[in-house]
Amino acid sequence: MRAFSYNIAFYLAELREGLSIAFHAIRANKMRSILTTLGIVIGIVSVTLMGTAIEGLNRAFNESVGKLGADVLFVQKFPWQGDEDWATLRNRPDIRFEHARAVERNATLASNITTVAGARQPIRYGNKIVESIVVVGTDDEFDDTQNLSLALGRFMSAAEAGGGRPVTVLGSQIAENLFPSENPLGKTVKIGNYSYRVIGVIDKQGNLLGMESLDNRAYVPINRFFREFKSFRGGMDIWVKVADRTQVEDAKEELRGILRKARHLAPKAKDNFAINQQEIIVQLFNAIGGVVAGVGLFITGLSLFVGGIGIMNIMFVSVTERTKEIGIRKAIGAPRRTILMQFLMESAALCLLGGILGIAIAFPLSLIIDTVLPTAMPLSVVVIAILISIVVGIVSGFLPAYRASRLDPVDALRYE
Amino acid sequence: MSTIPVINIKNITKMYTMGDTEVHALAGVSLHINKNEYVAIMGPSGSGKSTLMNILGCLDTPTSGLYEFNSVNVSEMNDNELAKIRNKEIGFVFQTFNLLARSDALHNVELPLIYGGYSSRDRKERAHEALRRVGLEDRMHHKPNELSGGQRQRVAIARALVTHPSIILADEPTGNLDTKTGEEIMGLFEELHSEGNTIILVTHEEYIAEHADRIIRVRDGNVEKDEQVRNRKRLNDNAGVLV
Repeated sequence: MRAFSYNIAFYLAELREGLSIAFHAIRANKMRSILTTLGIVIGIVSVTLMGTAIEGLNRAFNESVGKLGADVLFVQKFPWQGDEDWATLRNRPDIRFEHARAVERNATLASNITTVAGARQPIRYGNKIVESIVVVGTDDEFDDTQNLSLALGRFMSAAEAGGGRPVTVLGSQIAENLFPSENPLGKTVKIGNYSYRVIGVIDKQGNLLGMESLDNRAYVPINRFFREFKSFRGGMDIWVKVADRTQVEDAKEELRGILRKARHLAPKAKDNFAINQQEIIVQLFNAIGGVVAGVGLFITGLSLFVGGIGIMNIMFVSVTERTKEIGIRKAIGAPRRTILMQFLMESAALCLLGGILGIAIAFPLSLIIDTVLPTAMPLSVVVIAILISIVVGIVSGFLPAYRASRLDPVDALRYE
Repeated sequence: MSTIPVINIKNITKMYTMGDTEVHALAGVSLHINKNEYVAIMGPSGSGKSTLMNILGCLDTPTSGLYEFNSVNVSEMNDNELAKIRNKEIGFVFQTFNLLARSDALHNVELPLIYGGYSSRDRKERAHEALRRVGLEDRMHHKPNELSGGQRQRVAIARALVTHPSIILADEPTGNLDTKTGEEIMGLFEELHSEGNTIILVTHEEYIAEHADRIIRVRDGNVEKDEQVRNRKRLNDNAGVLV
């Protein structure tokens, strides 16, 4: 016990001595320390900003893909991912109402089932026109599947959907463009060549994966959609919201069975439809995002590496300059380890300083990134940056420190 | 022999290779130094005197031969073991003082205790005591460049004393001092000797060497003469307290 506490006290004393030496050495060569540290500062700034940007990209993606709903299954002709031959995919029969009806009849795990089809059309009100919007043909269950909230009015009713009434619900951007100063409810707009009465406006939703604005859509009853905008042969999607999130996989299997039967597939035939879900996109993104992040961090990491070389260089200078001091310390009994620690601490302190400065510079810059991607510098990046800078200091300081620790005391004392 | 010598070396040699030629700095030196002796090692430059001092001070190891320090064989110790011996058993005083320029007197004196693993309180206490002993209690927080040459050497002596070492090894301790200050320092060594310390003084000045009880003359890597001093020079006993 005594020996133990003696050792602790010894290491603490050694640590304090090392820190005070490091502090004095850095202060004594202010200009040199600052210039050397600059390499680390730049390295840490670029690495933290890259980390922040990647984090932001992930967040933006998750936010965006979240709009699809983790619990929604998309029954479509084509899969979102896969290596099947395009020719075979193209020859698949379309998804039709009868399939949707089969799902509606037989699905036990679904809470909402809706049919969806889309086409690009211009939309007009008076002399105002929006050239290209996405007209979405769907039914009254759509708003529940997507958890839409309405800014004005209401979504289409079952009667309107079933009867194919000429009513439409507008995305917020369309409503803004066509009705900058009017209440759109009850007004008649022209979608393509056909008139529709506006019954609702949806709250602002933003982008889906940064590509398509969800606010640039108009929703109409799907029956009418097929009559006016697209031939029936274009097919449709069936969107199924699973009642219980934990049963998504079971629901997928159930859905698959229903569709195979409805599409008269032989027991051994391959599926000629796809059941897509958010997870596929997430996986796809993670695979691509992982590579992008890896390459990005590697390239910015190079600048940190260059900074580390600068530290190593200056530490060699520092060791040479202080050869005499090392000789004195060795003469009065400093073991190798102590000398090694002393210089390691100096280079670690130098790099830590660079790391802290780097974060101080990177933080305001990350706020600029925040205007493009939804991010703030996460604490994890700060902590990792600090740790990395210490590690860089120790790694790049090791060779000079090792050389110092191996100096022969007689030669070192004689050095002028 | 009744007493065990502090230093016992037998047939020590030291060889250096300089380019293609081998230089025998020491060609088989043997000697004992007992506790509380005051020994001067003398010799012209190139005599091997510095090499002998480095080996005695455990800063260097001999090429061959035996070196027993307090009956422990140190001739084959590794770097870290030697560092421990230097820390605990040997107090160095150098010609050029060799103080850490950026640290004050107190910290310079504390340094061996830091490497010796003493607690902070013990260190302060002992360092204060050592600085008091050399008459510098009012200069503790001065840095070396704020002290005179004599004061610097006193700090160095305090640093050598602070671990209560078995020997104090002084290499030309008055070489960088004027005569009067040099005499004061020699007076201090005399006092330390009379208090029971073992002192080894390396010098090439006859009048400095005459302060010792015994003079070992080295020439061409051999002990040329090893004799007791008959008319030992004595300074005023108060010299050490004079500033």
